[in-house]
Amino acid sequence: MKRHIAALGRATLDTLSSIGRAGLFLVQSVFCLPSREGFHLWLRQMHFVGVMSVAIVLVSGLFIGMVLALQGFTILVGFGADEALGQMVALSLVRELAPVVAALLFAGRAGSALTAEIGLMKATEQLTSMEMIGVDPLRRIVAPRLWAGFVSLPVLTVIFGVVGIWGGYLVGVDWLGVYEGSYWSNMQDSVDFVDDVLNGMVKSLVFGLVVTWIAVFQGYDLIPTSEGISRATTRTVVYASLAVLGLDFVLTALMFGDLG
Amino acid sequence: MKRNSWLELGVGIFMLAGILGLVFLGLRVSGLGVGVPNDTFTLTANFANIGGLRPQAKVTMSGVRVGKVTDIQLDPKWFDAKVTMELDSEYDGKLSDDTTAAILTSGLLGEQYVGLTVGGAPDMLHDGDVIHDTQQALVLEELIQQFVSNMAK
Repeated sequence: MKRHIAALGRATLDTLSSIGRAGLFLVQSVFCLPSREGFHLWLRQMHFVGVMSVAIVLVSGLFIGMVLALQGFTILVGFGADEALGQMVALSLVRELAPVVAALLFAGRAGSALTAEIGLMKATEQLTSMEMIGVDPLRRIVAPRLWAGFVSLPVLTVIFGVVGIWGGYLVGVDWLGVYEGSYWSNMQDSVDFVDDVLNGMVKSLVFGLVVTWIAVFQGYDLIPTSEGISRATTRTVVYASLAVLGLDFVLTALMFGDLG
Repeated sequence: MKRNSWLELGVGIFMLAGILGLVFLGLRVSGLGVGVPNDTFTLTANFANIGGLRPQAKVTMSGVRVGKVTDIQLDPKWFDAKVTMELDSEYDGKLSDDTTAAILTSGLLGEQYVGLTVGGAPDMLHDGDVIHDTQQALVLEELIQQFVSNMAK
């Protein structure tokens, strides 16, 4: 009995100290970018984290937009309201699907790679040797990755949204025959730039920070064995996806809860 | 060095795609105007019931779009809905004083919008004026209620 209570206490303390370490880690690494060399490191990570993720975001955005238009059309046409297709596609993409799906893809595509990369650096003691020669691994390794994720996820979200709306246009207007003018004008009447587009951007900024934070912290904090790396990579994807979905609900309730 | 410049080019194109995408979302998707703010003028109208009218809804005249609804508030004096509309400035001073405003629905279940009909009075509406002659939104429940009570007689 006593042993079980002690185990519970140990688990609580472990979790708390891990959260504390993660918070300290974020604060320490977030404020060390502005040097010329740091900019080049950041640029390299932008290429890996952002530019290399464009392909998957383009393809999934296109297909999600097309599916939305197809499903939406079959439902809306039953009410004789197929003119509202553009509104439906644009609002669901800009408010929800683009930030969330882009963040989930980003966690799988870039987050796991960041964890594995930093984890292998730790397992092969590259991080320790950096500290030995007086280079701060937080500044050299972690900060550029953190900033690259923070900047590139909103850009990927915008690309996702634009491609999705275009995909919805392809299916809705070119294939199913919704009138082109009402596709765009219904969209413009209902989408508000600040309430919808900018709130979506705020969401993706939060997701970008959280996903990369989880990814680099899991890599930095793992047990330096091959099993530890594989566990940490899995944890990155699982935690990041759960965090994105949970935070999305909270943010949606804050942003759109009073819009009715 | 050559590889590095390719990398910079790639990141540059990536950021540019993001900015252009945001511009597209602003102009094409949310219909944000780039024009100067004073190319519109404001009219208000009080409605007994606005139904499902929302800000950003279109304001039309003979079915042609001439502006949009910018604000809807409850008038604390009469307890009716005060709807503020922005109309293209080319109609400033061209709508007569007795113009009527009605809340209409496009299709059976479509969005609601404001339709204006010009009257014949010699005086014209200007920026900040109030449209007095209004027609409230058609609320389906009230119609059915009327219909049922007429049937009962």
